[in-house]
Amino acid sequence: MDKFTFGITMLVCGMGGTLLTLWIMSLIMGVLRKVFPYKKEEEN
Amino acid sequence: MLEAILNGLGGLIAGFQCLEWRSLLMLVVGGVLLYLGIKKDCEPLLLVPIGFGCILVNIPVADIMGKEGFLRVIYSMGIDTELYPLLIFVGIGAMTDFSPVLANPVTFLLGAAGQCGIFLTLLLALGLGFDKLDAVAIGIIGACDGPTAIYVTSKYAPHLLGAVSVAAYSYMSLVPVIQPPIMRLLTTDKERKIVMGSVAGQVSKTTRILFPLVITILGGFIAPKGLPLLGTIMLGNLMRECGVVQRLTKASENEIANIVTLFLGLCIGATMAGGAFLNPKTLLILGLGFVAICLDTVCGVLFGKAMCFFSGGKVNPLIGAAGISAFPMSARVVQREGQKYNKKNFLLMHAMGANAGGQVGSVLAAAVMLSVLSGMGIIPH
Repeated sequence: MDKFTFGITMLVCGMGGTLLTLWIMSLIMGVLRKVFPYKKEEEN
Repeated sequence: MLEAILNGLGGLIAGFQCLEWRSLLMLVVGGVLLYLGIKKDCEPLLLVPIGFGCILVNIPVADIMGKEGFLRVIYSMGIDTELYPLLIFVGIGAMTDFSPVLANPVTFLLGAAGQCGIFLTLLLALGLGFDKLDAVAIGIIGACDGPTAIYVTSKYAPHLLGAVSVAAYSYMSLVPVIQPPIMRLLTTDKERKIVMGSVAGQVSKTTRILFPLVITILGGFIAPKGLPLLGTIMLGNLMRECGVVQRLTKASENEIANIVTLFLGLCIGATMAGGAFLNPKTLLILGLGFVAICLDTVCGVLFGKAMCFFSGGKVNPLIGAAGISAFPMSARVVQREGQKYNKKNFLLMHAMGANAGGQVGSVLAAAVMLSVLSGMGIIPH
């Protein structure tokens, strides 16, 4: 594989994969925050 | 008799006889690193052992990194096995509070944008003639995360470990100098003055405990080659948040992290032998490392501007600069810059969210990168 193809693949898959994964994680954590809301009594 | 005495005396001056200009120059470099660490307080926990290791390895004849040298033993123990950066990550996870990013999960995306510099620098390095895996090791400087850079470099480009590590740690400590001019260049006066409200609510203990598990499992399935990095930082964080293993948490934050930091610093310094370190490639790597941090900041601020636009002006683009892994330094830089233009603006907690997101983002970016390399067959499965 030539360097240009390698570099573009890394950029697209690497950056795309990172963005996609973190977006999915932000959605999951948003759902978890709603399912397990903060309760003052629980923390104490 | 005379011959024996002369031979004996010869042993005492052998070091001076074998000294060459490269070793001498690296002794000076070691001294500079010690000066930066001791006098200027730039990452002293690392620059002091690195500087001293550099001095040790450049004293001729001692062969301290030779087959039986004591630095070789420490190096084989933790760098060849990739153990040191992973153990430090346990400590980092134990020290990090991810609540700011969990309170506002959309700041994960700022953490992702802040990693763009890794991949753009990788392209640049390829364009400048570096091999594929060398370019990967250079690009990872943009993760702005020492253990991640050391893990990837020691595994796939160990001959660049000295240059990459020095670049990563030196530029991390220069974030307060590098970022502000870029932040000012890319934002308007009006944007810098945007006041963001208080961070939405607190996060339950259950969420904080589930977070490291979610990251580990989901991240591990998507990017399995990076599981050692993801798993160790999240183990540290799980220990912190569950609260039932305080002895282990304290040991990870203190004794383990301190011992490993000492050994790691010495090993990095030990790779800075004059013959290997002093070549045009090293200067190029140091230059590319600087470019990587700049590109991270540019992409983070531009993403912040996009968020500002789509939110109808509610997001201050300055917080985008905190999407790198220099935690919590970058968040403090954003807070300071925001206050310069509007004394009523308290961006710290929002920036901490982006900064914590950057910490996760940098580890994930490295994990994704390794998995993509594995998928392409560049590294073994």
